[in-house]
Parts: sequence; C-alpha cells; structure tokens
Amino acid sequence: MTSLVEIRELRVEATTDSGRTIAIIKGVDLDIAEGEIVALIGESGSGKTTIAMTLMGYARAGCRIVGGTVAVDGVDMVALSEKDRAAVRGAKIAYVPQSAAAAFNPAIRIMDQVIEVVRIHGVMPLEEARAKAVALFRALSLPNPEMIGDRYPHQVSGGQLQRLAAAMALIANPKLLIFDEPTTALDVTTQVEVLRAFKSVISAHRIAGIYVSHDLAVVAQIADRIVVLRNGEVQESGATRDILARAQHPYTQQLLAAVTPHHAPRPAVSGPTAAEALLEVHEVSVGYGPLRSDGQPAIVAVENVSLRVARGRNLGIIGESGCGKSTLARAIAGILPPFAGGVVFDGRELGRSARSRSADQLRQLQIVFQHADTALNPAQTVEDILGRPLTFYHGMARKPRSARIDQLLDMVKLPRSLRLRRPAELSGGQKQRVNFARALAADPKLIVCDEITSALDTVVAAAIIDLLKELQRELDLAYVFISHDLSVVEAICDDIVVMYRGRKIEQITPEAMARPEHPYTQLLLSSVPKLDPTWLDNLRQDPEQVRAYCQR
Amino acid sequence: MKHRIVSLVLARLAIALVTAIIVSFAVFFATAMLPGDTATILLGQAATPEAVEGLRKAMHLDDPAIFRFLRWLAGVVHGDLGVSYANNMPVAKLISGRLVNTLKLAGLTAVISVPLALTLGITAAMLRNTLYDRCLTIAIIGVVSVPEFMIATLAVLLFAVYLNWLPAVSFTSEIRTVYDFARAYAMPVVTLTVVISAQMIRMSRAAVVETLNTPYVEMALLKGASRGRLVFHHALPNALGPIVNAVALSLSYLLGGVIIVETVFNYPGIAKLMVDAVSTRDLPLIQSCAIIFCFGYLFLTTTADIIAILSNPRLR
Repeated sequence: MTSLVEIRELRVEATTDSGRTIAIIKGVDLDIAEGEIVALIGESGSGKTTIAMTLMGYARAGCRIVGGTVAVDGVDMVALSEKDRAAVRGAKIAYVPQSAAAAFNPAIRIMDQVIEVVRIHGVMPLEEARAKAVALFRALSLPNPEMIGDRYPHQVSGGQLQRLAAAMALIANPKLLIFDEPTTALDVTTQVEVLRAFKSVISAHRIAGIYVSHDLAVVAQIADRIVVLRNGEVQESGATRDILARAQHPYTQQLLAAVTPHHAPRPAVSGPTAAEALLEVHEVSVGYGPLRSDGQPAIVAVENVSLRVARGRNLGIIGESGCGKSTLARAIAGILPPFAGGVVFDGRELGRSARSRSADQLRQLQIVFQHADTALNPAQTVEDILGRPLTFYHGMARKPRSARIDQLLDMVKLPRSLRLRRPAELSGGQKQRVNFARALAADPKLIVCDEITSALDTVVAAAIIDLLKELQRELDLAYVFISHDLSVVEAICDDIVVMYRGRKIEQITPEAMARPEHPYTQLLLSSVPKLDPTWLDNLRQDPEQVRAYCQR
Repeated sequence: MKHRIVSLVLARLAIALVTAIIVSFAVFFATAMLPGDTATILLGQAATPEAVEGLRKAMHLDDPAIFRFLRWLAGVVHGDLGVSYANNMPVAKLISGRLVNTLKLAGLTAVISVPLALTLGITAAMLRNTLYDRCLTIAIIGVVSVPEFMIATLAVLLFAVYLNWLPAVSFTSEIRTVYDFARAYAMPVVTLTVVISAQMIRMSRAAVVETLNTPYVEMALLKGASRGRLVFHHALPNALGPIVNAVALSLSYLLGGVIIVETVFNYPGIAKLMVDAVSTRDLPLIQSCAIIFCFGYLFLTTTADIIAILSNPRLR
C-alpha cells in the first residue's frame, strides 16, 4: 500500500512577539496510507495542529515552514505556489475545525458556506452540490436536512454546527480530511452522536484523515494509528491497539494514566465530625435578568437545589454546559445572590450576597475560577496576588506575609523563584496553582472549585488533582468540585450531584457510578468515551432517552 | 424574526427622537447663557433704559426661559426658526441658501472621500504589514497631525499663489460652466477630503483586519478561497457595522466642523454664518444653526446604527 501522505523532516518555526524565532516542529516524519485515519495526540503546544495544517501548505500567522517536504498524493505542498495550494484546499484536502461555531461566518447562510468549496473550485453544478449537501446532512443525522441549510449559523446548536462543518468538508469529495479537535468543544452526550456520524461517513467514503486531539479515548474510537507528539517531536507511533495496550514511551504511559480515573475510596471519617455538615444549601434558586412581578428573574438558571457537604469531605457537581453548575457555585460564594433558598455554613446562615457576609465568613469559603488567565490580575506579580488576601484577611505585616507566601508556593509545589513573575510569564498549570494558592492564603474550610482543570492538559490536570488531594489531607479542607469531566470528579469526590437544566436530578457516590438510577445520569455516564477501541461500536443508548435529554 | 428587527429599528428611531429633544433643550439654554444682553446690543450703548426695556418686552426676553424654549420649539416644528435679531430677516431665509452651499460642499466631498477612503482602508488591510500599508499609515498619521487650517493655507499657497492654477477664494456666485465649478470647489473639497479620509481609512482598515483574523476567514482560506473572496465575501459583511459608523462620524464633521475651511476659502456656508451670528449675538440664528448641526449629526449616526442593525443576521 503506497502512502497518500508522506511528511519528511518537517520543520516549522514561529516568531514570537519579541522577535525571537523558536522551532515548534523539529523534524517530523509521518505517513498516512489511503483510507487510513491517523491520530495526532499531544498536549497544547505540542505542534499537533501545526503539523495537520501543513498538509494544506498552510502555517498560521507568525509560523513558517522552514524545511522538509509534505507530499500529498505525490505533490509537495511546501513547494507549491499560493495559487496552486488554493486549488487543492477544500477540493482534495479538507479541514474540519475545532470550533465550528467560530469557523462559520455569522453573516452567511449555512448552505452557501457548505457549498462554497464547489463554487470556488467549480467541481460540480451548484444544484447538484445542494442536493449532495442535503444528502450529507441526512447522513450526518442532522434534523430537518432539507431546511437546515437556509438558517444562519447562530440559529443551530454547537453539535449540529460541528456536523455541518463535516458536511462542508466532505462536499467536494476530498481524498484527505483534517479533523482538528472536532469534538473538544462539545458535551459528551453530543460527542457520541458526532463521533458516530464522522465514523460512518469516513468509512462510507473511504477517506484518509488526520485526527488531531488531546483525548486518547476519543481517538481510540476513530483512528487506525496513533502518533504521540511532544514539543514538536514524535515520541511514539503505532497501531491504535498497540499504543493503548503496550505503550513504550513514558510520556504515552503518562497520558494513558491520566485518562484512567484512579479513585481510591477514602475511609469514611469516623467520630463526631463525620456527620457534621460544613455547608448546607437549602432549596436555592438562582437566575439572571430583572425580577418579574412574581419575584422570579427573567431566566432561572438553578431551581430548588439542596446540597450538603460534610467537614473535610468533597462534593462533586457534574452536568453539561448550561445546566447551571457554575451559577450554583457563584450563588454559594455569594457573587450571584439567589432569589430563593439559603446557604448555611458551619451552622450559621450566610447572607445571600457576599456583601452581607462578614470578613471571616468570606475567608472560610473561597472560590477558585476556571480560567486562571482572567482570574489573575495580569499587572500584578505572584507575590502581590498572594499577599493581598494575607493582608485583607489576616492583617499580616510585611515579614510574616513574605514567609507565608513562600509557604503557600511550597504547598502548591511552585518554586519560590516565581514570586516576582507576572501571570503572563507562567504556564497554564502554574497559573492554576497560583490561582489555587490565593484561595489557600485565606485559610479556608471550604473551597469551591469551578472547572479548575478544564482548561488544562490531561497530564497537568491530573497533577493538580493529586495536589488537591494532598492538601486536603494536610489542611482538613472540604471541596465543592464542579466539572463536566466525569473522570476528574470521580477521582476526587465522595459524593456526586448530577445536574440537568438547573435541577439536581440525582446524588450518587463514585462507587455507584456504574449503576446510576436516573435515566439522564445513565445517559451521561455511558457517553463518556473509554479507552477501549470498540466502545463506540458497542455502545447502545436508548433512543428514547437520547431524544428526551439531548438538544442535538 | 421580522417583527423583531422592525421593533429594534423603531426603538433606535425613538432614541433618536428623545435625543433630538434633549439636544434642542441643551442648545437653547446654552445660547441663552451667552453673555451680553441682546436688547442693549441691538440698540447700541446710547439707548435709553426705557427703550431697552420696551424692546425686551417686545421680544419676550423677560419671559421665563422655559416659555421662551417652548415657544421656540413650537416654531421649529412648524418650520419657523424665528427672526434674526441683527437684520430682521427670517432665520429660515438666511439659512436656506447657506445650507444648500454647505450641503453641496459636503456632498461633493463625501462622494469623493468615502470611496477613496474605503478603497485605501480595505487595500491596506489586505496588504497589511507591506510597504504599501506602512507608507499609507505614516501618511495618514502625518495628515491627522497637521491641523486643517495648515492644509488649507498650504493648498492656497501652492495652487493659488505659486502655481496660479486656482483662485484663492471660492467665487460660488460666478459659476457658469463645469470648469468654473471645478475651479471653485477644487481646493475646499481636496482639503476636506484629506481631513475626513484619514479617520475613515484607519477605521475601515482596523475593522477589516480584525475580521480577517477570525477563524471563519481562516476556514474560507482553507476552502481555497482567493484573497478577494476572503475580503469581499467573508470579511467585509462582518466589518460593515464599524465601517459605517466611522463613515457617519467623519461625514458629520462636514456639517459643523468646516468653519476653518469655509473661512480660509471664503466659502459662504452655514458654519461661517453661525460664527458671524455669534459676533452679533443673533440668538435665533445661532440656535437654528446649532440645531441643524445637531440634527445632521443625529441623522447620520442613527442611519449608521440602523444599517448596522440591518446588516447583522443575528438580529434579522
């Protein structure tokens, strides 16, 4: 079998804002056979998208292909003129973007964008293209395939847009498809449907492809071969089953380990503290917008949710985007006062808004936000960021404060030399550690963690989770851990609350996650991809449930 | 969907109406606060106190300000702008000829500068960071930094004094042929074009550059779209809102902001009329001119907003 794609000694350089040149792809070789799907796996910054883009002879602004060849069907894309590359793009090689929501032009109807490739390259009459688009919509199980093309991108859901993007890529019968993390932005229940749709059109058209992802479990379902990348170099490559079963490279093993949840059941705390509730949320309802005449806000995001967190224990809250889990976190912290219900902390009723709580109540209940990038003031040094709560809550003078900052950095395992850096000079994982250390600075009893690992790579996220567990043992903390990532929640929590459309629908323990009772929980948990390559093919979901709970 | 956009446009128009009323209020009281007493000025220093008193009564100057405002507003609505204090002519008559002159100059400048500025701005965005883009940017910053009286004076020096191609002032009353017309308008139009284009070029360049950096333009590039298609089909429709706003702001300058150009070229426009009115304390004339400028401005910005609403498919 001859290779459709032959990448040899590919090197790409990027120019930073300060004018420095850094090598981001350092001599990569890669082959894709006809009809084969090769996955590129790696953390952010490993160069996986950059390599995929070079197949179209394209490098993003600031990047430059400086060496090597990228032969697609015998033609070196690097050596082609811009005009010749344009003739190949879309027609022979097509691209499925990471965020279809951003990749669709908001001002143009979907159908016009889907058949634009045909219009540009003139490969078939437009009427035929329209008919083919409708057929593809149907094949990708989009609702209302005849009419959906007449809509604008903002009028359809994210999962639908992702499938429409696949239709857009397939319209001109390309030989090679580039999937750039096409399901990363989707909820798990939606991801299942999109992956299925991808898989069926790939096998129906016998398309070769490159599948860029950071998620090994997703890749396991769709790829024939896996290439593991790190820092612009290939670490390991092999058939999917071999990589999953017998990974040789330590980095691959680390990636695999990070996917598998490692929940060690903690011994139930005995003694009087076990039953003692630290946080109790009583029938809280939260909403946005102006209050209507009946006292309810225009949009109700959380309805009648009650929770209980025992001292030193962890409560996980899971649910898909828009289920109200972050809103609930903000209500507990008093950032967004609930319009009904109450929060009892340490036996005392808390004011609904943070303003009406005492400094000591605020100190004991801290919140850590998802995006450390926006939660940390870019103009302040790490020292300033950590020093502020020390002064505010503890009134520390300069000397003890300085000593405490060193301790906090030790606790989150950051070198003390980072004290004078600003957030922009830290990596994503380091920023999240500073973000967490700031909460620790208050000496809290409870920390609400709102999706604190979602923006991080799997290996980095796993390290943060380990850190959280360790700190809990040392400091007797309790966490409310909010995430859409079930394996993370499973790894750290003693109890898990499942939310759907603003309501709490079930509370289970990690041990009981294998057999949940509520149909939505069943659907949600069964939708989480497993490392087993046959998982998707064997997955049977009740279509009734899917229809009832998914807004696909 | 349809009724939503209608209600949005109606809401925008309602805001414009409210703004117009607030603006007339502000204009009236700002001019009323000008120092100096009209009656004294009209009658001269030698007037007897009785004469001044009589005139004040006749002109309702002693009425409470709010009544004067309402009387004036009612007049404006009926097209009666009052009578000039200075020469007893109806303000409407004084203004109409001058307004036509200003609109002529503004229209001509707009017809030339808008296409020119958009072409330059869009091409600069397409060829960003090239020599062309940089030279254009430097030239624009240069032009913005030079005050317009300087540009106007330099134009007069060059074309009228040294080259002797054009008259130094615009004799609009002597236009008989197209050649006369061109000679009379060349310098004011060129000066104004230079002044108002800079802003439009910068804004349209920035708006197009921003949309060219979006993922959907990259997606179109990866579909094999040509550069022209990227810009005109994908980027421009989404950059329309900010560009139309920049154009409206620049054009509004052509109504009230042209006083310097009108003065240098001795062009009989409305801005010059207003400045003359200020020196004679001719309140009805000042108020009317100010209100015309404000309404022109309001009209342009409202139009721009409505175009932006209509061009946004999320609202359509």
